[in-house]
Amino acid sequence: MTYPAPASDFQPRWYRRRPSTFWFFERRSYQLFVLRELSSVFVAWFVVFLLLLVRAIGAGSGAFQEFVAWSGQPGMLALNVVALLFVVLHAVTWFAVAPDAMVLKVRGRRVPRQRIIAAHYAALAVVSVFLAWLVLAA
Amino acid sequence: MSRRRAPEPFLWLLFSSGGLVAAFMIPILLLLFGLAIPLGLVTVDYEHLRAVILHPLTRLVLFGFCVLCLFHWAHRFRYTVYDGLQVKSRLIIVICYGGAIIGTLLAGYVLLRL
Repeated sequence: MTYPAPASDFQPRWYRRRPSTFWFFERRSYQLFVLRELSSVFVAWFVVFLLLLVRAIGAGSGAFQEFVAWSGQPGMLALNVVALLFVVLHAVTWFAVAPDAMVLKVRGRRVPRQRIIAAHYAALAVVSVFLAWLVLAA
Repeated sequence: MSRRRAPEPFLWLLFSSGGLVAAFMIPILLLLFGLAIPLGLVTVDYEHLRAVILHPLTRLVLFGFCVLCLFHWAHRFRYTVYDGLQVKSRLIIVICYGGAIIGTLLAGYVLLRL
């Protein structure tokens, strides 16, 4: 950690205590914050998983069956359950702060927070149904 | 004040778009391909999946999805390490965005070679 230089010769050095490396264990809200940030690791994991899946589908029916068998191993299933929990945490926390990121106005009035959040969940439902249909419709 | 434009707003835009597409698309896809299909809860037709994956529009969407998600990870993970573990090293920045760039190239390679 670097400290800013004193503004003048007469000013004492800044006093900043370095927090503990594991400061985020101190409070529940800090723990939730770190878990939320760590969800990004599972987002990256899903990209890897998806690319392996796509490659297997492209390689043929046998390769796809092998991929399904591989992802059905207990360790892989456990990993994906954890990943799913983290991704749901990401989605819930992301939608919760969406009204802070977008200020929508209709006829000069600001759209209420709850409505923006509800719109996000509605969009999630529509996207989910569409993707499930795209994958499963045969 | 430096005249050079900081890359921060651009990276934040990628982070934010990535967060949105991740929140919308990953839960259902992970539920299907990570749990329901390997557990045999739903059946999936291989030829249908292949046709969907080979469609140029699907590939384009998947490429954009991968890129945004990777930069979402890079940006968020960078600050998790930076503020969380207080590792104030440049190496973290190189590893995170470098990883996202390598992932982008790999995604392009996989999706083009299908």
